[in-house]
Amino acid sequence: MVQKLEYLRESASQTAGPYVHIGLAPGAAGFDIYERELGWDIAGPNAAGERITVTGTVIDGMGAPVKDVLLEAWQANAAGVYAHPEHPGEVEAGFRGWGRVITDFESGEWRFETVKPGAVTGADGRVHAPHINLWIVARGINIGLNTRLYFADEAEANAADPVLTGIEWEDRRATLVAARDERAEGQAYRFDIRLQGAGETVFFDI
Amino acid sequence: MTGALKGHGAGAPAEYYQRDRDLQPPAHTPIYKTSVMRSPRCSLISLDQGPGEITGPTFGHGDLQPGDNDLITNYAQDGLPIGPRMILHGRVLDENARPVPNTLVEIWQANAGGRYRHKKDTYLAPIDPNFGGCGRTLTDENGYYVFRTIKPGAYPWRNYVNSWRPAHIHVSVFGHSFSQRLITQLYFEGDPLIATCPIVNTIPDQAAIGQLIAKMDMNATVPMDAMAWKFDIVLRGRRSTLFENRPEGN
Ligand SMILES: [Fe+3]
Repeated sequence: MVQKLEYLRESASQTAGPYVHIGLAPGAAGFDIYERELGWDIAGPNAAGERITVTGTVIDGMGAPVKDVLLEAWQANAAGVYAHPEHPGEVEAGFRGWGRVITDFESGEWRFETVKPGAVTGADGRVHAPHINLWIVARGINIGLNTRLYFADEAEANAADPVLTGIEWEDRRATLVAARDERAEGQAYRFDIRLQGAGETVFFDI
Repeated sequence: MTGALKGHGAGAPAEYYQRDRDLQPPAHTPIYKTSVMRSPRCSLISLDQGPGEITGPTFGHGDLQPGDNDLITNYAQDGLPIGPRMILHGRVLDENARPVPNTLVEIWQANAGGRYRHKKDTYLAPIDPNFGGCGRTLTDENGYYVFRTIKPGAYPWRNYVNSWRPAHIHVSVFGHSFSQRLITQLYFEGDPLIATCPIVNTIPDQAAIGQLIAKMDMNATVPMDAMAWKFDIVLRGRRSTLFENRPEGN
C-alpha cells in the first residue's frame, strides 16, 4: 500500500438547472424577495473609463438560443485592477467588477452594462489585453463554463495577448473577440457564445 | 497603470490546485439528455491562472439582510410554509481542509410538494403562498454556515418518460477566487431516487456522489421543532510556495 495523502476532494458540480434564476437572480426572474439583489451593478457609479454595453446570446449545438442561461462576469477596472485584496491598487468606491445576468426567457438575449476594463499584468509579467472573464451555467451544463471576452477595437493588444496567441487554432481565437455593435447607441459590443458545433467558443480549464 | 500581483512569501502568487476532472461530471453525458446539445466538443484550453483567476468578488454583511438564511420566514405572508421543518448546516472547506470564511453561499429549492416558484415550472403540485425557495448567507470565520428551511419534495421531469429528481437543494458557492466558483446540488441520506437520477449519475465517481449527500444530524436537531442535515462543501485548494516557512504546513 502506498501512503495516503490527506487532501480533501473538491465537491462535484451539478447543473444549475432550469430554475437557477429563483436562487441567483430572483428579481430578474420577477420574484421579489431580497431588499438588495446581487450582481446587477458591475462597475458602480464612480468607475472611471468608458461606459460600455455588451449584448449576446448563448447558442446550442442545434443553432438555437439557450433561454435559461445565467452568466457571471468578473473584470478589472479601467486601470487594470481587480477589486480583491490580493490585487494591488485601488478601485473606485462601489466598483466590484462582478456581475450576474440572465437571458430573456423569450429571445435568449442577455445584456450588461459596465466599464471597459484595462489591460492586466499576469503573474509572469506578461500583459493581458483588456478582457472580461465570463462563467456560464444553465440546465444541461454540468459544470460552469469559463471563457473570456476580448474587444475587437483592441486589435494591437489582442495580437500580443498571451492567452489568445496561445490558442493553437488561430481561427478559434476570434470566438473570444466581441465585435463593435455599430447599430446600438453608445459604445456597444456584441458577443455570441456557441456551446458546440461550427464556431464553438473557446472555453478554458482554469 | 497595471498592477502585478502581491507575492506570497518569496515566490509568485499561489495558484489553486488543478480541478480533478475525473471526479467532476464531463460536459457530454447522454443519460442527461439536455447536456447533449449544450456540451462543448472541443477540449477545454488549459489556462495558467493569473490575476483574473486567483481573485474573485468579495461580499460583506452589507450585501445581505439578517433573515436571508431563513427560508421558513423570508417569504412568509400570513402563515408558515407547509412541510417538514429542517436545519441545513455545515462548513465550506478547501482541499487542504482549511475553512473558507466570509464566502457567499446561496441556495434555491422546490417546496415540500416538489414545486418551484418559477413561471417555467408547471408541475401540478401547488405553489406554497408562504414559501419563496431561496436563501443566502456568508460563512463565518470558521467557514460555518446555517440555513433554516422546509425539506423539498421530489419532482418529476422530462428526461426519460418517467424520471423523478431526488429531493435536493441547489447550492452556489464563491470561495475567494473565480476559479473556485461552484454550483452543485445536495441530496438527502437514504433517498432511493439518488441512485436512479441521471443528473446525479453525470458524476463518474461514487465517492464524489457520496460527498453530495447530506447526513441526518441528530445532535443539531432542534427538539420538537426541526430536523437537521449536515452538508460540508469542499472548494479547490490552493498551493503554497514550497519551502516557504509556514508553521501550519501546506
Ligand atoms: Fe431542482
